[in-house]
Amino acid sequence: RDTGGVAWARAGRTSRKRLHGAVKMATLSVCQAPCGGFSFDYCRRNVLLEAELAKLERSVPAARKTGTTICGVVYKDGVVLGADTRATEGMVVADKNCSKIHYISPNIYCCGAGTAADTEMTTQIISSNLELHSLSTGRLPRVATANRMLKQMLFRYQGYIGAALVLGGVDCLGPHLYSIYPHGSTDKLPYVTMGSGSLAAMAVFEDRYKPDMEEEEAKQLVRDAIAAGIFNDLGSGSNIDVCVITKGKVDYLRPHDEPNKKGTRAGSYRYKQGTTGILTKAVTPLDLEVVEETVQTMDTS
Amino acid sequence: MNTRGLRSQLKDSVPVAGLCTQAGSYGVQDPLRKGFSSVKNELLPSHPLELSEKNFHLNQDKMNFSTLRNIQGLHAPLKLQMEYRATRQIQRLPFLQSSNIALDTLRGNDESIGFEDVLNDPAQSEVMGDPHMMMEYKLGLL
Repeated sequence: RDTGGVAWARAGRTSRKRLHGAVKMATLSVCQAPCGGFSFDYCRRNVLLEAELAKLERSVPAARKTGTTICGVVYKDGVVLGADTRATEGMVVADKNCSKIHYISPNIYCCGAGTAADTEMTTQIISSNLELHSLSTGRLPRVATANRMLKQMLFRYQGYIGAALVLGGVDCLGPHLYSIYPHGSTDKLPYVTMGSGSLAAMAVFEDRYKPDMEEEEAKQLVRDAIAAGIFNDLGSGSNIDVCVITKGKVDYLRPHDEPNKKGTRAGSYRYKQGTTGILTKAVTPLDLEVVEETVQTMDTS
Repeated sequence: MNTRGLRSQLKDSVPVAGLCTQAGSYGVQDPLRKGFSSVKNELLPSHPLELSEKNFHLNQDKMNFSTLRNIQGLHAPLKLQMEYRATRQIQRLPFLQSSNIALDTLRGNDESIGFEDVLNDPAQSEVMGDPHMMMEYKLGLL
């Protein structure tokens, strides 16, 4: 038999039995059916590197913590979602005006806290799935469907996808609001908060929430809850985004309020031209050699 | 990181005879990337998710079949398994990418999108195994 350029496979039939193991080992890595998804190739290497660095009394860069305040409330005929706009990398503010209210479907939106990339990709994948689902059924997707898809996906990855979400929307059964934890557990409540500023925001909700509020009242409550997170939690800051979802209408206000406006400078601190007096002035002309230049068209035929 | 004991992890792992999990892309041990070989390293997964991800579709199918059996009786999973088996045989040569569209339609994968469609998509892979070797392996000659 002929195996092309693989010399050892041609070694002859006499020693075929002995070669068997070696050949299998080499080919199996090639013969395995390739599959998509997450790759764990570098995990063992990273563990090895971590152990080697520990021997040298060094450490690998630690994962950075993110801070957020997101919340949502159900009112008389819809849902109001709110979010701050600060993205942090440890002690550094990475983005002063990032968008944390993600689109899921025309009647459902989702606020994300946790690892920024994870919330972004999770909501995008669920959005694509729901679009396929609604194309297949020919109806607007329900919030419960989005919730189930999200929790099943997050549970599959056992919390390694760090996405804490507040899912809100209005469907044929009325307004719904869910909070979804990174491990895949969910709550269905009239008012929910998430992220590091969730305690500050929840305090405002616990104090002033009433069932069946008017739209303006609900928007003000969400604004105040996010503002509590912005001013009392160091991981949250900048502007307040609000998304009001009612039956057949979405009102995405970005920004809804800017409580941390940067101050404007009262006067100009630049020196006027001529502030420093000129004492002497001498002009020395340089005698430069003039080189003649001509442009010729290139023959492109 | 992992709250489960060593013994229960070992029970989950399915060592394949003759399969060297630590072999690099050239089929030999790569100590620079994966460390020195040891039995423990080969049997235990390198990430807590690795095993559950590897067996995800297997377990999902198992669960679906048992649900189906409880609802409709034994004939339903048998028939479905027969259909799975038939559609799994519609393949290109082993070194070419097969679309598996019939299998995906049966499983309902054609109406969903996941990380396996976005990350490491085998359809967009730039490497290809040796055609002769893969064919011989499939035919059981190697």
